[in-house]
Amino acid sequence: MEDDAPVIYGLEFQARALTAQTAETDAIRFLVGTQSLKFDNQIHIIDFDDENNIINKNVLLHQAGEIWHIGASPADKAVLTTCYNKTSDSRVVSCAAVWRMPSDWETGSHESLDDSAHNPQTLELLCHLDDSAHSNVACVLWEPMGDGKRVISLADNHALLWDLQESSTQATVSSSATLEGKGQLKFTSGKWSPHHNCSQLATANDTAIRGWDLRTMRQIYCIENAHGQLVRDLDFNPNRQYYLASCGDDCKVKFWDVRNVQEPVKTLEEHSHWVWSVRYNHSHDQLVLTASSDSRLILSNMVSISSEPFGHLVDDEELSEGEDNHQEDKGKEPLQDSVVSTYEEHEDSVYAAEWSSADPWLFASLSYDGRLVINRVPRALKYSILL
Amino acid sequence: MDGEADGLVAGSESEESGRKRRVHGMLKLYYGMDEEGKAAEMAKSLDPCDINGPHFDHEVFLNKLRRECSLAELMDQETCMVKQIRSLDSDMQTLVYENYNKFISATDTIRKMKNDFKKMEDEMDGLSANMAAITEFSACISGTLQDQHAQITKLSGVHTLLRKLQFLFELPARLNKCLELQAYAQAVRSHRRARCVLQQYSHLPSFKGIQDDCHAIMDKLAQELRQKFRDGGSSAKDLSECVELLLQLDEPAEELCDKFLSHARSRLESDLQGLEAEIRPYPSAPAVKDASARRLASPAAAGSPTDNAPKPSAIPSPTCNTDILEFIDRGCNEFVSSLCLVITSYQELFINHAQKGELVSKNIPQMASGKLNAFVDDLAARYFSLVEQRIQEEKGVGDNSLLVRALDRFHRRLQAVTKLLPGSAVPNQGTEIVMRAAKERVKQYLSALQSFYMDSLTDVRQALAAPRLTVASASVGGGLLGGMASGRDAPNSLPELLSSLSASILNQIKSVLASVHLFTAKDIAFSNKPYFKGEFCSQGVRESLVVSFIKFVCQSSRQFCDSAGDKGGSTPPALLLLLSRLCLDYETSTISYILTLTDEQFLVQHHSPVTPVTTLCAEAREAAQKLLNHYVKVQGLIISQMLRKSVETRDWVNTIEPRNVRAVMKRVVEDTTSIDVQVGLLYEEGVRKAHSSDSSKRTFSVYSNSRQQARYAASYTPSAPMDTNLLSNIHKLFSERIDIFSSVEFNKVSVITGIIKISLKTFLECVRLRTFGRFGLQQIQVDCHYLQMYLWRFVSDENLVHFLLDEIVGSSAHRCLDPAPMEQSVIEVICERG
Repeated sequence: MEDDAPVIYGLEFQARALTAQTAETDAIRFLVGTQSLKFDNQIHIIDFDDENNIINKNVLLHQAGEIWHIGASPADKAVLTTCYNKTSDSRVVSCAAVWRMPSDWETGSHESLDDSAHNPQTLELLCHLDDSAHSNVACVLWEPMGDGKRVISLADNHALLWDLQESSTQATVSSSATLEGKGQLKFTSGKWSPHHNCSQLATANDTAIRGWDLRTMRQIYCIENAHGQLVRDLDFNPNRQYYLASCGDDCKVKFWDVRNVQEPVKTLEEHSHWVWSVRYNHSHDQLVLTASSDSRLILSNMVSISSEPFGHLVDDEELSEGEDNHQEDKGKEPLQDSVVSTYEEHEDSVYAAEWSSADPWLFASLSYDGRLVINRVPRALKYSILL
Repeated sequence: MDGEADGLVAGSESEESGRKRRVHGMLKLYYGMDEEGKAAEMAKSLDPCDINGPHFDHEVFLNKLRRECSLAELMDQETCMVKQIRSLDSDMQTLVYENYNKFISATDTIRKMKNDFKKMEDEMDGLSANMAAITEFSACISGTLQDQHAQITKLSGVHTLLRKLQFLFELPARLNKCLELQAYAQAVRSHRRARCVLQQYSHLPSFKGIQDDCHAIMDKLAQELRQKFRDGGSSAKDLSECVELLLQLDEPAEELCDKFLSHARSRLESDLQGLEAEIRPYPSAPAVKDASARRLASPAAAGSPTDNAPKPSAIPSPTCNTDILEFIDRGCNEFVSSLCLVITSYQELFINHAQKGELVSKNIPQMASGKLNAFVDDLAARYFSLVEQRIQEEKGVGDNSLLVRALDRFHRRLQAVTKLLPGSAVPNQGTEIVMRAAKERVKQYLSALQSFYMDSLTDVRQALAAPRLTVASASVGGGLLGGMASGRDAPNSLPELLSSLSASILNQIKSVLASVHLFTAKDIAFSNKPYFKGEFCSQGVRESLVVSFIKFVCQSSRQFCDSAGDKGGSTPPALLLLLSRLCLDYETSTISYILTLTDEQFLVQHHSPVTPVTTLCAEAREAAQKLLNHYVKVQGLIISQMLRKSVETRDWVNTIEPRNVRAVMKRVVEDTTSIDVQVGLLYEEGVRKAHSSDSSKRTFSVYSNSRQQARYAASYTPSAPMDTNLLSNIHKLFSERIDIFSSVEFNKVSVITGIIKISLKTFLECVRLRTFGRFGLQQIQVDCHYLQMYLWRFVSDENLVHFLLDEIVGSSAHRCLDPAPMEQSVIEVICERG
């Protein structure tokens, strides 16, 4: 069971923003936003042909500015949000906007590969997600599994819930929450919980993690000093509603049960520098991907706190058919948490890692030097989870 | 003169006897009576020429002489022969004369004897006649006396019977008298003598009456005895007498046993209560408080005499101050000795006595000893629980010898019980208590050591926190258990603190070991129990004391790392450094020293597996490593934090042209220098790669990273999937991966390298999150150059600093809106000016 070699794709710009195309469930597709102060920024649409191990790319221009964060609509393949920096008159302003890809990006690029490089198509602006009162958007979150009509933007110390109307061409703030406290507080990242009917949001500011109820826009929990240093990223366990993973500058990845905010359920200390991104696998929540500025990507198997701590549970049907299997399962110990593998294909800090939305066994990671690496879960592990 | 005469006489006598013998010999020879020389004689005697032989033939002899000898010889022979013949003749004459005399005297004697015998015969006849007369007389006398003898015998029989009867009739009165005089023993003896007779003749009315009377009296007596027995006021001897009598009165033995034991129990229990009262001063504590309160109030009452009067205190005054030795002494002297007494007298009464008497058949000894065992077990259990309570109260670890001596005494005294009751479980339980106490003690020592260690750490912490200027005022370590040098000047420098800390810990361990060693001292009786020889030494002292303590040190050190990580460096970094060195020292020498010391002191024979030194060393090393890593992390974070703030808070787009190195960089260099000094106090220098001659003068290219430069040149070349393996391999070939928060080695250079790595990496990441204007970039250039100038000397590999600083400048160039780098010469001027 030789594992396939990772596939590497190089961008010519530095890049931090990476997302899977959430609404696309057939093709393995990632969106990468570049960061360049001097040239027009681009959004690379990376298509991965799993069978042939080939990458196809398409480039769209994002002329508004360098992209710090990118988010794909869960409902419409063509819609995405970016957070970008706009420089004007020696001032740098962070903005956010909803964009639509041109309808024919796919065909166009295929026809003339060379042309597209010189003449990439431009994204179509649908609406801005900022007003004068709320600038410096850190990130934009789509409602998970929603109809693509609601987004949240985190700007400075405000969390704004936007309603997108008229095919996303108009955005209005329906409600907002403000982080209050001493000093200049600022959201660094956040995550919209897919549980509780999508009524909860978790945000990170400095070393604290806060949970918000979107119906009342009130804080519902707060993990003070979740990390020794800045909290960089969050993710919700897709299958266990109270479980939350966080990572930060103390090189740690922590797993929390938000019902008990005193102690983390589990702590990982595998990275040797800040951890910038943590992602649960969408279907198998024991698989956790972390990206760090030590240029490493680590895939961990957190069985003990997953929704299947005893491995794959046997259904009743299977039970009646195969007694032998059942016997074996009974004797099984709870599996051990472990690092599945460490990926060292990157040379610069890895700021983003994402699971594919189409193939649960495939993920991409993006380092600052513009290198995108697509990897697969090792086959042995894959089969041990499936079988 | 006398002697001479004697000598002469003796001489003549011997001469005479010699002559006689010779004569005898010759005669013997003549008659062939010499038996000794028979065989030789036979050979000789056959010779017919031998003149002395029996076969002498004078013809042959003469012929032979005549043939062989000359005339002169013959003449000589003849004279010689004549001489011999003559002497033989005279000898013969002498013999004949002698024998004749003897014969004459023998004849005389025989004649005389004949006369005497005749006279004797007459006298014998007279005697026999007399004897016959005596026999006749004697027969006559016995015939006359026969009648009277029979009468006398009968009379004396009657007399005895009458006396017996009189005894019987007098018995009730006598018994009453005895009862009055309390001469119970005599009464019982009398009654026992009469009892059988009375029983036998009880069908006769008169005897029946007597028997009834006796019964009544004896019942009364038994009653009285029982009363006496029950009262319990009497001495042990009285008591045993009572029991003996009651037993003789056929009282049921079982009941007596019970009564005896219950009586003994009441006495023993009062002893136990006394002990209990000593243990529990607490219930009376409120009373004490009351008393003290009243005493406090008494001045207000202006010397009222009632207050001064001793209060009638029913509760024994709180004697929590009595030490354990006193307590055990009291226990031994009161409880154990009276228990022994009870056992002895009980055994005497019910077991030994019964074995002799008729009671054996009723299985009384078995029953009695069963009861005794139950009794002893029960009371001993209570006693033990009291002792254990008392031992548990013995919390202070100051002086162990008292406890050991107390336990020894306790144990010794129980041996008496062993001797008395060989099968009893009591001594074993006692030994178990001693064992438990020892175990408990070891535990207490461990916790004392632990708290000592933590206290020492607190003191070190204070010493570290105390400003260095006020060295003279602080007297650190004065309050310790007596380990740290409470000197004129507090040991505020790290090496001094370290050495005093480790010395005080070592001293403490040694003193604890010495204290614990008392348990195995030779003069302590229980020390030769197998437990104290084996398990106590290996499992108790070595494992649960020494090893546990070492483990605790490592563990608590590790906890410093864990807890401090979340709360953001609550532990001063210097303490981390110091502890790390301490653990490292432990790894290299102290652990093996301590364990060797323990093994030697306790002669540990490891029957059960023990923690090997290597495991502990590994643990200590791990702890040291973790602490040092954590130190690096904490120090790195402190500097990182400065750098991060400086990058984040500045508006890099609209900044002025750099004129100076920013103050924060100077601060970074200063801090690094002071850390370097700090680490240098405890750790060795370490190895570094050779410096190039112009290390500080290195220039940065703004686009130092060739890859990036290449990318800028061909910015719009379409990226395409490449031969992935090859590409990654080529990249790996040229770039050296730097682990930022990696483990450091135990030397100064490695530690400082770690800290600088963390700081610079933070700088890099922060720079990447910002956007720079032209002057912003130039400022970063200046700053990096400044850092380069000063930081290279601290690290093991200066290329590392170059690389990271290159990255920083490169990244800031990337993030620059108007990348116009500053002239290198200008940078140098600015840096040198700063």
